[in-house]
Amino acid sequence: MAVVTAAARVLGSSRGLGQDGLLLLRRLGVRGLAISHPQRQQQRFSSLDDKPQFPGASAEFIDKLEFIQPNVISGIPIYRVMDRQGQIINPSEDPNLPQEKVLKFYKSMTLLNTMDRILYESQRQGRISFYMTNYGEEGTHVGSAAALDNTDLVFGQYREAGVLMYRDYPLELFMAQCYGNVSDLGKGRQMPVHYGCKERHFVTISSPLATQIPQGEDAHPGPAVGAAYAAKRANANRVVICYFGEGAASEGDAHAGFNFAATLECPIIFFCRNNGYAISTPTSEQYRGDGIAARGPGYGIMSIRVDGNDVFAVYNATKEARRRAVAENQPFLIEAMTYRIGHHSTSDDSSAYRSVDEVNYWDKQDHPISRLRHYLQSRGWWDDEQEKDWRKQSRKKVMEAFEQAERKPKPNFSLLFSDVYQEMPAQLRKQQESLARHLQTYGEHYPLDHFEK
Amino acid sequence: MAAVSGLVRRSLEQVTVREAINQGMDEELERDEKVFLLGEEVAQYDGAYKVSRGLWKKYGDKRIIDTPISEMGFAGIAVGAAMAGLRPICEFMTFNFSMQAIDQVINSAAKTYYMSGGLQPVPIVFRGPNGASAGVAAQHSQCFAAWYGHCPGLKVVSPWNSEDAKGLIKSAIRDNNPVVVLENELMYGVPFELSSEAQSKDFLVPIGKAKIERQGTHITVVSHSRPVGHCLEAATVLSKEGIECEVINMRTIRPMDIETIEASVMKTNHLVTVEGGWPQFGVGAEICARIMEGPAFNFLDAPAVRVTGADVPMPYAKILEDNSVPQVKDIIFAIKKTLNI
Repeated sequence: MAVVTAAARVLGSSRGLGQDGLLLLRRLGVRGLAISHPQRQQQRFSSLDDKPQFPGASAEFIDKLEFIQPNVISGIPIYRVMDRQGQIINPSEDPNLPQEKVLKFYKSMTLLNTMDRILYESQRQGRISFYMTNYGEEGTHVGSAAALDNTDLVFGQYREAGVLMYRDYPLELFMAQCYGNVSDLGKGRQMPVHYGCKERHFVTISSPLATQIPQGEDAHPGPAVGAAYAAKRANANRVVICYFGEGAASEGDAHAGFNFAATLECPIIFFCRNNGYAISTPTSEQYRGDGIAARGPGYGIMSIRVDGNDVFAVYNATKEARRRAVAENQPFLIEAMTYRIGHHSTSDDSSAYRSVDEVNYWDKQDHPISRLRHYLQSRGWWDDEQEKDWRKQSRKKVMEAFEQAERKPKPNFSLLFSDVYQEMPAQLRKQQESLARHLQTYGEHYPLDHFEK
Repeated sequence: MAAVSGLVRRSLEQVTVREAINQGMDEELERDEKVFLLGEEVAQYDGAYKVSRGLWKKYGDKRIIDTPISEMGFAGIAVGAAMAGLRPICEFMTFNFSMQAIDQVINSAAKTYYMSGGLQPVPIVFRGPNGASAGVAAQHSQCFAAWYGHCPGLKVVSPWNSEDAKGLIKSAIRDNNPVVVLENELMYGVPFELSSEAQSKDFLVPIGKAKIERQGTHITVVSHSRPVGHCLEAATVLSKEGIECEVINMRTIRPMDIETIEASVMKTNHLVTVEGGWPQFGVGAEICARIMEGPAFNFLDAPAVRVTGADVPMPYAKILEDNSVPQVKDIIFAIKKTLNI
């Protein structure tokens, strides 16, 4: 309901014609009860009526020339539950989650933070080739992951490690992927942070941006929609969630993905992490409209904007979106406003394009971890002593996993040739055998002991 | 029409390539409910080239899906559906438009099984007309055999006649790897005899196996898709002059059946390749390279010659267009040149 009211407010103020706004809303509402056949927009023809008959839109005539003004000064409002000090603003919006669950939120976010620090450093020391941190966005990951079922399919972009963390992906496997060692499920074929886990329904990250959107995978929104379509067909109580940044939303794939999700009526949640930057491109250069949430209604998609640093706001919005996406077979768009505190990746130095003061503000004054800690402390569920202990413990866990990962060998070199096709073609098998023979003779000149036998 | 699959099957029935593809898809849709077709105009309109005629009427909205005009979009969706366990057939109205979706075909479909460490298969079929048509000019006439044949992770097939078309589309749909099926618009309406074996619902043409369409002793002529017909015509003409050509229909571009070609060259000692696509980095270039790398090289009595489309964007003017693709006379010329006649 909040979405609808917010939309009404935006539409009402910018168009100055409440009636049209109401008609649009009514169509959105009816949409939710639509059956499997796409809604046709034709009205019954009657030559006596001076009403519009166009198949393309359901609207009234107007005889005043007026352009719709995009509202970017007072955009779609941002839903939040806690203030910046972690205090609940409106008690009726408090999800009242049990202590155990909220502690899990906190521990997932902080463990991720600790792992990020250590792996970032390890790249700097030349131990892994590349890394991307999640600083400042932990709330978006954990809040949304907690609101989903464990079997809901996740398509990420590359800054959603917290979703996996919340789903109990072991540190050992995070590290294995970054090191490309023998325990890596992906057999060491991807750059670091390109995690994937079939068991936890987290589709392998792939680099081309926005391609997860249509798939319901990788920065291509399209595949996400495809997977959601498959889920709908199977009548599974299952939703697909597709994460992407505000920069990836500029890709053509995003447009196609949104449009298809709406026309094919798929149970999918589009979750946009609007963190202010796409590498060095600030949002002011990325788009001129009111962010990503404002695009949703353009496709006929229910949309909301939330405070991404407020883990309860993210949780509430995702929970409700999930419930309705499955019940009504329609897509939802959640734009989580947040801030990317870290550099884009280890290949970036963000001091080249933003001030240290700006970054410090977010780190010190509006951080999802601090806000949740204040909430926990005010409930008496956490204190400084536990904080100290947990910091020590989590660091120790990460360091242990890290040291183990470094010591493990790399996958066997003959895996170079497998999985190109389901069945290995004769040519590749010949090359695989040829390599094996070569190593039998000249193996001493190669670092074979770094690889699994 | 829609009742094609219900027709009483006589032995040696005349079936057009279009009908053959339609039958193949119909049979696979019936056999496995995870199979579905999506693309522009494939449903009520029966397909832009009527290849999916009758299918929407028979299977309905859930199995035959019309998409908005976004190749990038619907190719992505098809890949996602394949990842989630369905078996989509993604139709491109022509493969020229697949360029808008090529990132999804290569990066999302072809590479995913490998990059996921064997965890995520993508059992998808991309199909549609490929190559030159008639009077549709440069942006609608490109051949993509070399482009897709270049990529590990993809299988690429190129049927010529009805038997190829039916057997290959069925094999492609049943294959768990991503398969690109390059059809040919000018062949859609051409009828061929389908043996009763080929009419059966379990008839498959294996991917990765070429077919010797005509036995010969003097020279090996290798081709794929529509030019195979031209090669057979050339062979008929040359036969009157006492030159017997062995014509090989590749059927599959990738994985290429080089063994059949090698065995033939080792018998005839001469090789001509014929394709509609551009010469540089093309199918013929790959065949020649592989012949050189294998045992057949030592059996060549003359350098291999490639007959290809002209190295220009396809012209529109009819006389220029006709001369931009290999004609029977060009094939005869190349064969005689190779044989030094």
